Amino acid sequence: MTTEVGSETEVKEKAEESADQPDQSEKATEETQEVASAEGEEKGKEKEGKGISKFLPTWLKKQKSLSQTSPTKEAALKEEAISVEKQEEEGPAPEVNGLADEVPEKEAVKSEQLKEKEEKPHSKASTDTEPAKEEKVDESVEKSPEETKETTEGQGVEEEKKEQEGEVQGEGEGGGGGEEGQTSIFQSPLRLVRKTKMKLVVCHVTLLDGTDFSCEVEKRAKGQFLFFKVCDHLNLLEKDYFGLTYKDNHEQTSCLDPMKEIKRQIRSNNWQFAFNVKFYPPDPSLLSEDITRYLLCLQLREDVASGRLPCSFVTHALLGSYTLQAEFGDYEPDQPRPVDFMSQLNFAPSQNKEMEEKILELHKSHRGMTPAQADAQFLENAKKLSMYGVDLHHAKDSEGVDIMLGVCANGLLVYKDRLRINRFAWPKILKISYKRNNFYIKIRPGETEQFESTVGFKLQNHRSAKRLWKVCVENHSFFRLNTPEPPTKPRFLTLGSKFRYSGRTQAQTRTASSLIDRPAPRFERTSSKRISRSLDGAPMISITEAGRDSAENGREHRLDDSKSPLRVHVDNIYVRHSNLMLEDHDKTQDEVLKHQASISQLKRSFMEAPPPSPPQTNQWEKRLTSSPATAVRVQQQQVVSEPHAEAAAAAAAAADFTISDTKESAKTAEVEIEETVVIQEVSKATKPALITVTTDSPASAPTDQETREPEVTVQEEVAVPKDAKAAKQESVSSESESEEEAEYHPNVSVSLSHTQIPEEKEEEDKENEDETAEQNMLAPDVSSHQAETSHPAEDISGGVVESQKEDMKKNAENEKEGRETEDSTDDLMMTPEETPNGVALSEEAVAAHVEEEPEPRINGEPRPQVICYSEPPVVKTEMVTISDTFAAQKTEIATKEVPIVHTETKTITYEAAQLDGTGDGEPGVLMTAQTITSESLCTTTTTHITKTLKGGLSETRIEKRIVITGDCDIDHDKALAQAIKEAKEQHPDMSVTRVVVHKETELAEEEED
Amino acid sequence: MAALMAGFGLYTHAIVRRIPASLAKEALRTSEAEVDVDKARGEHDAYVEVLRTRLGLDVVDLPADESFPDCVFVEDAAVVCGDTALITRPGAESRRGETEAMKRALKALNLNVVEMTDENATLDGGDVLFTGREFFVGLSSRTNQRGAEILADAFKDYAVSTVPVLASLHLKSFCSMGGPGLIVIGSSEPAQKALKIMQQMSDHCYDKLTVPDDFAANCIYMNLPDKGHVLLHCTAEQYPESFKVFEKLKDYTLIPVSNMEKVKVDGALTCCSILINKKGSI
Repeated sequence: MTTEVGSETEVKEKAEESADQPDQSEKATEETQEVASAEGEEKGKEKEGKGISKFLPTWLKKQKSLSQTSPTKEAALKEEAISVEKQEEEGPAPEVNGLADEVPEKEAVKSEQLKEKEEKPHSKASTDTEPAKEEKVDESVEKSPEETKETTEGQGVEEEKKEQEGEVQGEGEGGGGGEEGQTSIFQSPLRLVRKTKMKLVVCHVTLLDGTDFSCEVEKRAKGQFLFFKVCDHLNLLEKDYFGLTYKDNHEQTSCLDPMKEIKRQIRSNNWQFAFNVKFYPPDPSLLSEDITRYLLCLQLREDVASGRLPCSFVTHALLGSYTLQAEFGDYEPDQPRPVDFMSQLNFAPSQNKEMEEKILELHKSHRGMTPAQADAQFLENAKKLSMYGVDLHHAKDSEGVDIMLGVCANGLLVYKDRLRINRFAWPKILKISYKRNNFYIKIRPGETEQFESTVGFKLQNHRSAKRLWKVCVENHSFFRLNTPEPPTKPRFLTLGSKFRYSGRTQAQTRTASSLIDRPAPRFERTSSKRISRSLDGAPMISITEAGRDSAENGREHRLDDSKSPLRVHVDNIYVRHSNLMLEDHDKTQDEVLKHQASISQLKRSFMEAPPPSPPQTNQWEKRLTSSPATAVRVQQQQVVSEPHAEAAAAAAAAADFTISDTKESAKTAEVEIEETVVIQEVSKATKPALITVTTDSPASAPTDQETREPEVTVQEEVAVPKDAKAAKQESVSSESESEEEAEYHPNVSVSLSHTQIPEEKEEEDKENEDETAEQNMLAPDVSSHQAETSHPAEDISGGVVESQKEDMKKNAENEKEGRETEDSTDDLMMTPEETPNGVALSEEAVAAHVEEEPEPRINGEPRPQVICYSEPPVVKTEMVTISDTFAAQKTEIATKEVPIVHTETKTITYEAAQLDGTGDGEPGVLMTAQTITSESLCTTTTTHITKTLKGGLSETRIEKRIVITGDCDIDHDKALAQAIKEAKEQHPDMSVTRVVVHKETELAEEEED
Repeated sequence: MAALMAGFGLYTHAIVRRIPASLAKEALRTSEAEVDVDKARGEHDAYVEVLRTRLGLDVVDLPADESFPDCVFVEDAAVVCGDTALITRPGAESRRGETEAMKRALKALNLNVVEMTDENATLDGGDVLFTGREFFVGLSSRTNQRGAEILADAFKDYAVSTVPVLASLHLKSFCSMGGPGLIVIGSSEPAQKALKIMQQMSDHCYDKLTVPDDFAANCIYMNLPDKGHVLLHCTAEQYPESFKVFEKLKDYTLIPVSNMEKVKVDGALTCCSILINKKGSI
C-alpha cells in the first residue's frame, strides 16, 4: 500500500471529522468494498511488510510474532461470526441493543463458535497471518494514503488512520470488525479488509495483576475490540463485569466505551488503558469461574490497599490473610515469612507491623485452603463491606454542601463525609438526567406523598455530571434490567446523549456464564510478577502494585451478565417500579453530532427532559414500549431483518418530530425524541403483536394449545415490518404522553427467560386443563399516581386480553427459542412477554381489539378484559362472575374467528368493587410480563401500566396480572392463595381487585399440529 | 473470624454498672417522676442476674459513682462492635465523666479502644442501632452529625446512616433489634417515621415487629450457644399489650425483665449493659 506519513495532527483531524459522521450504512457498504479490494491487495502488502519489517522496532516484531498465533484463531472465529454480523451490518446501525438482547441465544452460539474456532485455528492460521502482515505493511507504508482517506472520512467513510505508533497486524483486521461486532468477540472479516489502509496502533493495557499487556489494534477499532483482546489474553469468559479505562485529557479516569472507536475517546496519542472491574457482582459466589473471581480479587485487593474500599483493621488483616493463602498457600511454620517480605506487600493504606503480624497470624488459620477457596473467602468478606461496589462521585447538594454520590447495584447513595444521609434505590428513581454540571434524579412519590420530586446535585463540571449520569445508566441497566435498553433509533437533530449501556446485563451474563462449558482454565496467580517470578506456578501477591491505574470509575460502562435466581426474583418485585428515566441534558451541538454518529451504534440512548419540568402527561405508553418484552421482540426482529429496524427508525424519527410538535418547547423536543425512540421500538414489537392479536383473538383462551397457532402467525408478522404502522402508533402514543419524561423503562423481564419457558409451555400446550387464576391488582405506585391525579376513576385491567395474546406469542417465541436454546434457569424465570400488547394501546391495537373482541368497557374506558376474552366460540363456557360492581364488565367476548379448539371453559371471577370512575382513558399498556415456571405450574405475571389523560390530569394504573397454568389438576385454591400471598408480599400496597379462575377442559383433540 | 458479620447477637461479656443513690434526684429525665432507688436497684440486680446466671455471660460489674447519677446507663458511654470499642462523648455534659471507667473496663477486655476526642462531637450509645449489617445513628439532642461521623470512622466496615430523632431521647427509645434482620419498633408516629427512614436508607430488608408501646420496643436480643434466640423484653405488668406481641414470637427464649423504675429516668433495657463478644473476635 501507500505509505502514510502519519502525523498526529492528521489523526486529530480525522478524529474530529469522524466524530460527526459515522454513517454506518455508508460504512457498511464501504467496508464491503474495502474487503473486496483488500483481499486483492493483501498479498502485495505482505511483501511490503516484509521489507518494511526491517524498520520496525524490535519490540514490534516481537508482537507480531505473538500476534500471529492468536490472530489465527480470531480469524477463524471471525469467519464464522461473519454471517451473523453481516445481518447486523445490513442495518445501518448495528444495534447495540439488539445485539445485547440477542446475547443469550447468540452467546450460546458464540460459545460454540468459539470452540469450533479454537479447534480450527490451525487451518485458518495461514490466512490470518497474511492479513496481519499486510497491515503491518500498512502501518509503515500507509501514511500518505491516509491523508487522502481523511477527506473521505469526513464524508462518513470509515478509514483507518495510523498513528506513528501504529503497528500492523492481522489483528488490526479484527479491530475493524470490533467496531460493529457487538455480540461476537471476533470481528467480521469485512472490517478487516477495509481499504488496505488499516493503521495499527499499539495499545498498552495495565492488567489487574499490574502487568502490561500490549496489543495492536486497528486505529479505528472500537473499544470493544481491544477489550475482547484483553479478555482473550486473560482467558476470561465472564467479561461483562469488567471494562477498560483510560485517562482523559483532564486526567480523569474514564471508561472506554466499547461501542465507540477508541481513537475518538482517548483523544490523544496515549493509548494507555487499564483493565478493571466495572461492575462489582453483589454476590461473587455466583460467578461461574474461579478465574473471574480471581480477577475480582485482584481488583479488590487494590481497592482495599489504596483505601478506595475502606475497611477496619480487622478486616484488612483478614483480607490480607486470605490473600496470602491464595498466593502463597499454607503458612509454613518452619519458614516463617520474613517480616520484610510482608511489608513489600501492600495490604492497606495504613499498613503497619501490627497489621502484618495479624495477617500472618490469621494466615496460619487458613491451612489447607486452596487458592480458589481463599479467593472465595476473600470475596465473601469483601462483598459485605458497605462501600463494596460503590462508585463515589464528588458533588454538592442544593445548599452547596459537599457530599458524595455513590452509585451501586442497588441505587444511588448520598454520603456526607462518611455518613449515609440518603439513599435512592433504583425502583424509587423515575428519571435520571443531567444538565450542565447539574445532576438530577426524579423520585417516585412515597406512599404518603402526592407528587414526584426532583433532587438536584451540583457536580464539579459538566463532564463529571455526565460521567455520573453514565455510570448511573450503566449500573441501572446492568443490575436491574434483564436486557439492555432497546436501541435508540437515530433521530434527526437530536439533542442529548444517546448513551445507553450496551453490554449485557447481569442477568444475561449469568445466563451466559451458566453455559460456559470448559474445564476450569489454568491461570497463574501471579499478580506481582515483579516480586518474584521464581515462584512460577506459585501464586504471587499482586497487591504489591499500587501503581496500576485502577480507574475509580472502572465500573462504568461495561458489559456484564449474570443472573441469579435471586436476582430475578428481585427484579420481579420491582417490576412496577422499573420506570426509570435517564436523561442527559446538556450537549453541545458538536456532541450531539457525535452522538448521532454513534447513535447507530448506541441505540439505547434516552433523551432528557429538563429535569425540573412540571408534571406532564404520561409517557407511560412509551415506557411500555421499552418493556422487556418489547425489547426482546425488537431484538429478535432486528436480528431477523435489520432493514426493518432502519425503516422503523426512520419512521420513528418522523414520529419524533410529530411528537415534539405536540409537546412544548425545544427541551421537550429532546426529551420526546428519546421517548420516541422507545416508542419506535415498541411499535416494532407491537406490530407483530397486533397482528397476532387479530389472528389469535379467536383463540382467546390462554391455553397453550391455542397458542401454537398464534406462534406461526407471529413469526410471519415479525418478518414483515410495518413501519407505517409503527409511525402511527408512535404518534398516537405521543399524544398521550407528557413531555416531562423521557423514560427509561427498566425492562424487567429477561430475554433469557424465553428460553426457559418455552419448553414447559409446550408441555402445557398439550395439557387438557388449564387453570388460570388471574389477579388484578393495583400496584402501590398506581395508587400514588392516582393520588396525584386526584382522579378517582380507576382503570380496570386494560390490556388483559392483550396480555393473553401476548402470552400466546410468548409461547410461540419461547418455543422457537426454546428449541434453540435450552435454559436451565432457575425455577423462577421471567419470560418477557410481549409488551406490544400493552403498547397496543396504540390505535391499531385498540381497533383490533374492539373489532374482534367486544371489549367490555369499564366506566367508559375501553379495556379489554381478560376473562371474557379467553373463550373461543366453540368453547363451552361457563362463566361465574362474582362481582358487585362490575358484573357488566365481565362480558364474554365472542371472537370472530373461531379457533378450532375444543375446550370447556369455566371462568370464575371475583372482583372487588373498587372500580369506578369514568375514563376516556386509553387502553392500558403492558409494561412487563414475566413467566415463572416451575415444575408443573406455570405462573405468568403480567404487569400493565395504564396511563390515561383526563382533562389534563393523568392517571396511572398499574395492574398486575398473575396467571397460573398447570398441566395437571391444580389445587387452584391453594395456588391462588399462594399467588395472592406472594403478590401481597411483593406489593403490600396493592389490592386484589379481581380474581378469575378459568378452567378449560379439552373436549376434543386439538387441531393444532 | 469467619464472616465479618456472622454471629449477630452472640455475646460473651457484659459490662454493667451499679446504681448510685444520686440517681433518684439528680439523674437526667424527661419527666417529673419520682424514682425509688431501692426498687431501681432491685430491678437492676435482677437484670444483671439474668445476664450472669441465666445467660451465662461474663459480667463486668462496675461500681457506681455518685458524681455520675446516670452512670448505670452504660450503653451511652461506649459502642462496641466486634473488636472495636468506641468511647463516646455523651451529649449531656454531666455524663462525660462516665466514660473513664468504661474505657478502663474495655481496655481490660483487650478491645481495640477508640476515643472520641473531637470537642464538637457528641454521641450517646443509645442513639446507635447496630443491626448486624449496618449502623443507624439517631441525630438527637444527645448525638450530632460529627459524633456519627466519628462512629463511621471507627467502624469502617459498615454503612452508617443517620436518622433524625425528634420526639424522644434516643433512637433506641423506640426501637431495637429483636433478631437478625428484625427491628422491633414502637407504633407511635415518630417511631414509624424513623423506621421508614431506616428502611429507605438500607440496602437490606428488615422485618419489623411493631409493638404498641414505644418504650417496649427496646429489648435485648442475643443468640447464645445452647440457648438459641433469647429476648429480654418488657414485662406484662409494665406493658401488657406489647408483652402480648412478644409472647407470639416463636423459637425464642423470652425473658421478661422488669424496668419500672429506671424507665422513669428514661432508662431502657439496652441502656443498662454493654454486650461484647470476645469469642468470635479475631
